Amino acid sequence: MNKIADAFKNGKAFIPFVTCGDPSLEVTERLVPAMAEAGADLIELGIPFSDPTAEGPVIQEANIRALSAGATTDKIFDTAVKIRRKSSVPMVFMTYANVVYSYGTERFVKNAVSCGMDGLILPDVPFEEKEEFAAVCRRCGLGFISLIAPTSEDRIARIAASADGFVYCVSSLGVTGVRSRITTDTGKMVSLVKEQQDIPCAVGFGISTPEQAAQIAVTADGVIVGSAIVKLCARYGKECIPYVTDFVRAMKQAVTAGPDHS
Amino acid sequence: MAMENSPGSKGRFGIHGGQYIPETLMNAVNELEEAYNKYKEDPAFQAELTELLNEYAGRPSRLYYAGRMTEALGGAKIYLKREDLNHTGAHKINNCLGQVLLAKRMGKTRVIAETGAGQHGVATATVAALFGMECEIYMGVKDIERQALNVYKMRLLGAKVHPVSSGTGTLKDAVSETMREWTSRIDDTHYVLGSCMGPHPFPTIVRDFQSVISKEIKEQLLDKEGRLPDAVIACVGGGSNAIGAFYHFIQDKDVRLIGCEAAGRGIDTFETAATISTGREGIFHGMKSYFCQDEYGQIAPVYSISAGLDYPGIGPEHAYLHDIGRAEYVAVTDDKAVDAFEYLSRTEGIIPAVESAHAVACAMKLAPKMDRDRIIVINISGRGDKDCAAIARFRGEDLHE
Repeated sequence: MNKIADAFKNGKAFIPFVTCGDPSLEVTERLVPAMAEAGADLIELGIPFSDPTAEGPVIQEANIRALSAGATTDKIFDTAVKIRRKSSVPMVFMTYANVVYSYGTERFVKNAVSCGMDGLILPDVPFEEKEEFAAVCRRCGLGFISLIAPTSEDRIARIAASADGFVYCVSSLGVTGVRSRITTDTGKMVSLVKEQQDIPCAVGFGISTPEQAAQIAVTADGVIVGSAIVKLCARYGKECIPYVTDFVRAMKQAVTAGPDHS
Repeated sequence: MAMENSPGSKGRFGIHGGQYIPETLMNAVNELEEAYNKYKEDPAFQAELTELLNEYAGRPSRLYYAGRMTEALGGAKIYLKREDLNHTGAHKINNCLGQVLLAKRMGKTRVIAETGAGQHGVATATVAALFGMECEIYMGVKDIERQALNVYKMRLLGAKVHPVSSGTGTLKDAVSETMREWTSRIDDTHYVLGSCMGPHPFPTIVRDFQSVISKEIKEQLLDKEGRLPDAVIACVGGGSNAIGAFYHFIQDKDVRLIGCEAAGRGIDTFETAATISTGREGIFHGMKSYFCQDEYGQIAPVYSISAGLDYPGIGPEHAYLHDIGRAEYVAVTDDKAVDAFEYLSRTEGIIPAVESAHAVACAMKLAPKMDRDRIIVINISGRGDKDCAAIARFRGEDLHE
């Protein structure tokens, strides 16, 4: 049974992202259950790609570190199995179309499901191309997550109507990475989605502080944070776990308490 | 077995093509497609473009009978399509004039572009200067080193050149970085993609703007010889000069279409950029096509002496022409390309771009095996001035610009 819906049953959800294999798969294997313990409601596991065109420098570098350290799709599947033995936290893979396509879409999706993964995010697969992947995911019971962007406008209704699991609302133009201000009206994006379907909406791209997260969570069902966590992994390497879990705890608290308490 | 493409997908050449890009860019490519469909049928737009191609870029480019080369090789008659004689010294200007004119009609005031050898960057900066538009070019650090003169030219023309140090610091990384930049600023900015690649509608738009090459070859050769060529040969990185040289011959089944990929140090080495010879089906830079990649789909670092062919993919229409067997793709090594670079310089007094030299090398091999009444057209996609220092160094001379 797909667990994505569970992630949004515990108040506002906090959703951290990590690049698998950065700095090593052994660290990823310990880090993910620790983040769940610290309050993460759903965890995005990034499968590194050589040329991640939607990522800013922080996650680009994490991809290079992970690939240089020997992470491969098969080894990441093994790591996911080991994580599943320790934690039942909902988990989705985030990677690029070629990683899945080149592995064989059907084979990838079946393996992901048997490892206990709950969903798949492909930032370079828009609505027009999604059936190629989503049809396989539906058949195998993996959530195929749709994204909407500040430029989506008239496209939001179509995307939202057929979305599965949750909708990933991209809060800013450009690539992933920490931003000092989020200027997009994410509340409006969320309400346009909800007009189509009562589906959880999580907002990501650029969010790094508890204050930003608390503000976004006023209207969103969840907050996604990647680069700020990956920065901690880069800075502390194999010692990163306590730093990341402290951060996760603070962020979960902020999204739960709301902007007046953070 | 590959899964079927999504029913809603657009811009397919067989299974190849499509629009594999972040949602953030979808309305931008949709807006571009709509504008292109409108203006390609607009007589005023077409008249303005033709005027620019003729009066500014110097079209039509010559179809030159290479008599000494023909005689020396002792086989098929060889004609050179002189795209090197265009303003800015390569075929790239054909596409840039079209796209920047289109961008202007769309109300854009800023253009961005990737460049490999620097030819597309120079052409984009040139047309941006002509139209008074802001221009920013993304170029790999390795290519900036290889093509210093073109970097200076772009700056001279008023463009800002951004060095791209991510990945291998070459063309693929420049494309990735330009795509990233486009997602951060779309309203006033058009991405002038330089090859027949990327998400729909770029492969179609670039092919249409470059197809003037084959349109002219056909007319010029009918005029000179009263018939079609037996083979058209062009170099292929992303493949824009080749698709331009092939396009109006695709329906003429007796015309062999031969694309020359960069084999680098050889297709049995890792230092190669020959996508059809060594790659497999994948999805990257907005399109489904063939890519050099490892077993997990990580894009391979590629290599060629030619910065313009140093790309791990190929445009989707070429991938399709390969699938249906309509065009042939051969791999040409650095060594053979440099030999051809020197050969054409000495035999005809024409210094070709090292990219185009890959096509010359293929013709040198093919022509002697063909009868004297056969005709080969080689697309000389650019001039070789930019390559002289690098080729001198390749030959062991200590020459720096």
